Amino acid sequence: MKGKSMGKTLAEKILSAGTGNDARAGDMVIARVDLVFIQDTTGPLTIKQFQASGLKRLANPQRTVVFIDHAAPSPTSTLSNDHLFLRQFAQETGAILSELGSGVCHQLVAESLARPGDIVVGSDSHTVTAGGLGAFATGMGSSDVAVAMGLGKTWFRVPESIRVVVSGDFPKGVGAKDLILHLIGRIGVDGATYKALEFSGAAVAAMSMSQRFTIANMVVEAGAKVGLFPADETTRKYLVAQGRGDDYEPLSPDGDAVYEQTIEINVAELEPTVARPHRMDNTALARELKGTKIQQVFIGTCTNGRLEDLAVAAGILKGKKCHPATRLIIAPASRQVLLEAIKAGYLQTLVEAGATILPAGCGPCLGLHQGVLGDGEACLSTANRNFKGRMGNPEAFVYLASPATAAATAISGEITDPREVL
Amino acid sequence: MLRGRAFKFGDSISTDHIIPGRYAHLRSNLPELAKHVLEDADPSFVSKVKKGDFIVAGSNFGLGSSREHAPLVIKMAGVSAILARSVARIFFRNAINLGLPVLICDTDHIDDGDELEVDLAEGTVKDLTNGRELTFGRIPEVMLRILDEGGLISYIQKHGDFKL
Repeated sequence: MKGKSMGKTLAEKILSAGTGNDARAGDMVIARVDLVFIQDTTGPLTIKQFQASGLKRLANPQRTVVFIDHAAPSPTSTLSNDHLFLRQFAQETGAILSELGSGVCHQLVAESLARPGDIVVGSDSHTVTAGGLGAFATGMGSSDVAVAMGLGKTWFRVPESIRVVVSGDFPKGVGAKDLILHLIGRIGVDGATYKALEFSGAAVAAMSMSQRFTIANMVVEAGAKVGLFPADETTRKYLVAQGRGDDYEPLSPDGDAVYEQTIEINVAELEPTVARPHRMDNTALARELKGTKIQQVFIGTCTNGRLEDLAVAAGILKGKKCHPATRLIIAPASRQVLLEAIKAGYLQTLVEAGATILPAGCGPCLGLHQGVLGDGEACLSTANRNFKGRMGNPEAFVYLASPATAAATAISGEITDPREVL
Repeated sequence: MLRGRAFKFGDSISTDHIIPGRYAHLRSNLPELAKHVLEDADPSFVSKVKKGDFIVAGSNFGLGSSREHAPLVIKMAGVSAILARSVARIFFRNAINLGLPVLICDTDHIDDGDELEVDLAEGTVKDLTNGRELTFGRIPEVMLRILDEGGLISYIQKHGDFKL
């Protein structure tokens, strides 16, 4: 049935535009890259590969970005030296430098850089976040990103798409994080390997951009190459609010596009969901885990460090105190989020409840600093990964959940269904 | 022809098992970083592995982060190829980009410590310990061309562009 007359998925549409050819699932294509970025833990190797490749110049310096976010501010002299190397590279090549305190690369790409229909390549697996606004955004390793920086293009196998049709209204206390954890639990950590996950349905149309970014962010946790949302009126309003309404371009799949399979989710049936150690598909309902003691709660990251997330947490923690045996750590995803959270009073509420506020950035998510766990400790985090050792200690345990579940858990000191406190 | 011993791992060995984020401060000091390869999956691996040996894994090997350091430290340990039932997408590209073959085959009947002989051209794995022979799936053509040049950076050094 494969033919030029057949409709296209979002992935096929974007890659067709990016190659100037008819790109269909399974095709190998060389596509234009509209935005390429590196961050401070994968960037130094990327630069070394770029220098070794013989490619002398960046194809597009104004669309090449160096982010300092993972180890920011730097905890060790070796990482400080990596930062020096990154700054020097940006200065020499004309790449844009995003300094520490600006925020997590994926949040800044969403706020300021990615456009619907763009092809985005970053040396970080959560580059998929920008799929929330309709960009074909995917993570790659240092060699691939180095070549994309120099040539302004890369090769792709056009992915088959799995359509996820989302219906219903979220019940109170349930949100986008519960939806994506539910989906990963259902299809497994390799349930979408090499594939695109394409989201549609009435509940998607009703979702805020923040919710879309949360879902797109975690598609890689099911192995997906990309997680794509249509670009619609919500996307347009978001871009206008970000001062870049001109970047908007409507984008939707063709009605007769061909999908490998369709998964239906009615969010009205979802409950607060948690991924248990040490895998993201090891899911359970929050209420089933009642009694699980938690020593650290972390709210932040490219998954759930946005204003809406802090608003949910502040709403639950207002007038309350963190449990004496539980530390609450919060890292806003960007400076913009931080400023807006200050203005809205959320930070005051959270600090009064006992939270420690970290600079805008990745925080303790990847186990480098700012909240490394002790032996036998458990953290409930709004991040995206809970592999053994992820938060800096292989003897510790990481649970993943929504900001609402995180806030409720901070109060009780054990995993708590947020509907109990709402 | 590649020959070496099998080091057996289970399913879903993540990039955090291969090289944990807590060692990010060593990423610009690769010899030091490489001392921690697969530490959270098998702390004895680094002291036992010899040049030419194989990693033999279950499904979804290398899931997680895009860090190219993961296949890089495996290659630095002397591993000549990774055999797995399946492999995560970014890791697959990264390994091939570094000239490290990743072969998809049924690894269930290979035991830890088995002597293996891999014929990349023929697409076969001989388990010299138990006498079994298996075949592995073809690496996609584009990736084979990159692998044949020893990886993506040497490919670009030679061709200056994608000639895929």
